[in-house]
Amino acid sequence: MVRFTKATTAWLLLTPMMTIIIGVVGYPLIKTVYYSFTAAHLASPATTDRWVGFKNYIKALGNSKFLDSIENTAYFVSVSVSAEIIIGVLVALLLNQAFKGRTLLRALLILPLALPTVVNAMMWRLIYGPDFGALNALLTQVGLLAEYQSWLGDPDLALWMVAIADIWKNFPLVALITLAALQTISKDLIEAATLDGANTWQRFWTVVFPAIVAPVSVALVLRTIEAFKVFDIIYVMTRGGPANSTKTVSFHVYQEAFAYMRIGSGASYALIVVLISALLIATYLWLIKKQGNTT
Amino acid sequence: MIKRSKIQTAIVYSSAILLGLVLLCPVLWLFIMSVSSTKDLTTLPLSWIPADISFNNYISLIGDFDSTSAESFLYALRNSLIVAISATVLSLSVAIPAAYSLSRLPGKRRSSLLFIAIATFMMPPVALVLPLYSAMASLGLLNTHIALIAVYCGVLVPFTTWLLKSNFDAIPIDLDEAPLIDGANRLQIIWYITLPIAKPALGAAALMAVLMAWDEFFYALLFTNDIRAKTLPVAIADFAAGRVADYGLISAAGILATIPPVSMAYFLQKSLVSGLMSGSVKG
Repeated sequence: MVRFTKATTAWLLLTPMMTIIIGVVGYPLIKTVYYSFTAAHLASPATTDRWVGFKNYIKALGNSKFLDSIENTAYFVSVSVSAEIIIGVLVALLLNQAFKGRTLLRALLILPLALPTVVNAMMWRLIYGPDFGALNALLTQVGLLAEYQSWLGDPDLALWMVAIADIWKNFPLVALITLAALQTISKDLIEAATLDGANTWQRFWTVVFPAIVAPVSVALVLRTIEAFKVFDIIYVMTRGGPANSTKTVSFHVYQEAFAYMRIGSGASYALIVVLISALLIATYLWLIKKQGNTT
Repeated sequence: MIKRSKIQTAIVYSSAILLGLVLLCPVLWLFIMSVSSTKDLTTLPLSWIPADISFNNYISLIGDFDSTSAESFLYALRNSLIVAISATVLSLSVAIPAAYSLSRLPGKRRSSLLFIAIATFMMPPVALVLPLYSAMASLGLLNTHIALIAVYCGVLVPFTTWLLKSNFDAIPIDLDEAPLIDGANRLQIIWYITLPIAKPALGAAALMAVLMAWDEFFYALLFTNDIRAKTLPVAIADFAAGRVADYGLISAAGILATIPPVSMAYFLQKSLVSGLMSGSVKG
């Protein structure tokens, strides 16, 4: 029987994975870089050879609609991720207390997480409905609202309403991650701190906070990377409207390439998005590497 | 034990009730809409409990085979099942040897592969979609299951490799030694030694992979265009965008699409939580 060296075996076992990564990720990425320097058009294959240099990039960085979509995305990411982190940590602190029904609540946290993203978007779109939506009905019936609002039709409100739908779906993830970290804190440590005269606030900063800060920061970066890619929830709820107020970068690239069929400039937009994502991903890798070294 | 004051107990219970309502009410309302008649849902002021409850919307989605909504829904369900299961099985069979290699046969250059894998599945799909679209078009694979399965593997393979690698690391390496001396090869060791021990991790990886494939929308929207390959998320987006706003029917489709992933997640709750954890705590 043939015996391979350790290194050969290792590479052989990795070959199928590398083939898939190169084929479905590596090759397309390089091709996107190539497209971004051409005037490629979806409807005419011959245009993929029409070299235009940095023209697409110069146009992209001067395109106010694209810059607006970056701003919208940044706005969406900061609102939803910060709310998800704050609510998630608070919920984890609550579920770390002993009370009746805790197990049930913990199980309920899975519901938004497992609900398909498109169903979540559709559900909130119905709830926000301007004519017969439940939110309007609830707020007018309890007297908080005088007349029905078009929540997703108002350019000043729409992005916030989309963010709420995203927050509802994703704060449970932060809560579960934080809860797992909280449960690693030994009861003795908390009791010792209490015997030393620490009040709740001091106990939080000296015992609880150091235990959760690493996993919560990983969750923060992870959610930022995900939120930055946001597309499906926008597509179903607003299609980027009203007045482009909810148009995010992914949606912008989608329109440029598939509605206007301009692949070349679409690719240059996409690569600017990749550049921003790469910075976030590098932060994430640095964080987990640092954490892997300390634990 | 730290005793809570009465006020603290009241705060704990009222926040718990609030949390329960926030988590449950939107989905409960989706269910109520799905069993209400259009008349009840479009009357003002809105009544929270429908006058008559009927499951007609469900019947027209999965019972009445002649209706067009049943046709698009059932085909989408079939497509989602085929794509999610095939992509998961394929990804795991590629990821298992890779994860074993990274965990058991480490090497300097190989360890950077792990970081490449992590960066790969976090990559925004817009970076890859244009060449993938033209490649699928020229291969004649647009609007087929194969196109979606291939593209999903690009995300699921690196993701599950990473998830499994950190779990394989926890299995003592000594277990591999005896069979190696007896002449077993690495594939046999993976099959007979590693996998039986790593069953819970395997379950977690499979669950996460199925949920991710079931949820995917961007590629599915662009690569499919009729009942032959459209998956549930695309079908539901179609329903929601339809000219006739049939709130009850849309809601019923949403509830039906939610049942498989939610019941799987509950059934495998421990796996899900451990899958999420290893994704966030370890590198």
